[in-house]
Amino acid sequence: MAFLELNDVRKVFALQTAVDNFNLHVEQGEFISFLGPSGCGKTTTLRMIAGFEHPTTGQIRLGNNDVTARPPNQRNMGMVFQSYALFPHMSVADNIAFGLTIARTPARETKKRVGEMLALIKLEALADRYPYQISGGQQQRVALARAIVIRPQVLLLDEPLSALDAKIRDSLRVEIRAIQRQLGITTIYVTHDQEEAFSLSDRIVVMNAGRIEQVGTPFEIYNFPRTAFAASFVGTLNVFPATVVDAAAGRIMVDNIALTTEAITTAGVGQQINVALRPEMISLNESERHDGDNQLTCVVENITFRGSIVRVQVRLGNQSLLVDEFNRPDLNVPQTGHQIVLSFPRNACLVLG
Amino acid sequence: MLKKRASGSAWSWLWFALGAAYFIIPLYATVDFSLRAKRGELSLLAYANVLKDPRFGETFLFSAEMSLLTIVTGIILIVPTAYWIHIRLPKLRPVMEFITLLPFVVPAVVLVFGLIRIYSHPPFMLVSSPALLVAAYLVLALPYLYRSVDTGLRSIDIRSLTEAAQSLGATWPTIIIRVILPNLRASILSGAFVTFAIVMGEFTMASLLVWPAFGPYMDLLSSSKIYEPSALAVISFALTWGTTAAIQLLSRRIPGQAPMAGLK
Repeated sequence: MAFLELNDVRKVFALQTAVDNFNLHVEQGEFISFLGPSGCGKTTTLRMIAGFEHPTTGQIRLGNNDVTARPPNQRNMGMVFQSYALFPHMSVADNIAFGLTIARTPARETKKRVGEMLALIKLEALADRYPYQISGGQQQRVALARAIVIRPQVLLLDEPLSALDAKIRDSLRVEIRAIQRQLGITTIYVTHDQEEAFSLSDRIVVMNAGRIEQVGTPFEIYNFPRTAFAASFVGTLNVFPATVVDAAAGRIMVDNIALTTEAITTAGVGQQINVALRPEMISLNESERHDGDNQLTCVVENITFRGSIVRVQVRLGNQSLLVDEFNRPDLNVPQTGHQIVLSFPRNACLVLG
Repeated sequence: MLKKRASGSAWSWLWFALGAAYFIIPLYATVDFSLRAKRGELSLLAYANVLKDPRFGETFLFSAEMSLLTIVTGIILIVPTAYWIHIRLPKLRPVMEFITLLPFVVPAVVLVFGLIRIYSHPPFMLVSSPALLVAAYLVLALPYLYRSVDTGLRSIDIRSLTEAAQSLGATWPTIIIRVILPNLRASILSGAFVTFAIVMGEFTMASLLVWPAFGPYMDLLSSSKIYEPSALAVISFALTWGTTAAIQLLSRRIPGQAPMAGLK
């Protein structure tokens, strides 16, 4: 019996099905991210867990109770919004104390717990400021403190970092994870940013068009994407169509170029499949070449310097292929228009259904 | 380029002066006239006469009371309505805006005769009750009150604030009283001020429903005295401006608002 369960949850709005066939079991203390493009139903699902939307069908269970019909103010879930949603007329300390005041917590305990929270988010000095007097990052930390001071059973975060600039986003991300670990709160985090999902989560739920594409650890999602969508949404991916020549030996043809993959079980000889290849799995370096690796001769089309990596775009038949190389001072950067040989191991090819 | 700008600014000053004259000359004339109760010298005699008249205090207090009742009733009625329309029935917004325009379309005389016809015989005998007067005032104040509350609601992220409060355990009444109302203080104050000004100067309703209000008293005075009505007009101007100033000061001290965010 999982701590938080969504069973066959479906949400239909007037014109479209926002969420369909959603099944998820979350263990206590787990950090789960809903990852997907905008409009994929991740926020709707979060809002159903919070109680702001009601599932058209299906059930939501929390700690062995059916909470599907329970109003949001009786669910004991902390919520953090993209827009911070701090009460503008209350000071930082009063904002944090709001939930405790509603629950009629004795004044002394309220003061103690608000103090603890202010220490946790390192904003003791700003306790008497109003939201408009502090920065976006500080506001979002206050919002986080306000949500966890009530000791919620589940913490829900709806794209909490999207409105912040890159530097603050990174530091706050680390802070959120540290606080979550420290307090052991079961957390659901909605984001469209794969980097956030990867660095924060125990498990990621990849969503598209209202459905779950894949559930798994960041490692599983990145290395073994199970659907074409999951593969293309996380990380950069080269996807090209291929024809199966020999399924058991993994031999395929891409634009008259023979490649070898792992044994193919999902398609038979002569069938069309999609093959995916991560840019960082392709090597330009002769010393990294092993027996049995696929080798291709290509023409360099474009080179992009991206700091820690160098992205090389090459032409292979009718396809354009991206290759990422780690940037090292001794890297032999190819020239545009030159022919190069690249290689990748056979298990780097992901055969997509 | 420079010349063009200079002539542009000369034009705007001219228009400003014209506009200002339109308001200031009659006001200056009224003040000047009110000071000439004694032949050949400027005096405050007319003001003294006004203030000495017990009916001045009585009618002023009566109207102030009525306007306070109107404001309180209006807030109780309009804030939750506007809030609910924002959060749950946004489709009704155009309908509500049309309703709030009705008092401009229906003249007060028509409205008050309608009220008298309906409420002067059983089952509703309300013509002699001040409740009817307050209700009628509320209709007049509706556009101003509703619109200022509506503007206030638009200027804050009402949905997120509501949901944040809900997730922290707050019930609907708690949300309205502790989250929504405090954030609408500036707009409620400005709506309340306009309501106050309308009710203090209102003549038709009070007169036809036969109440000893400030408006009918001013009318009575102007048909029987010469200098006193002008003095009374100046006094009521001063009171109105005093109220505006007080409200500006109050709303500036509202916590949680940037200093520049005054009246909307």
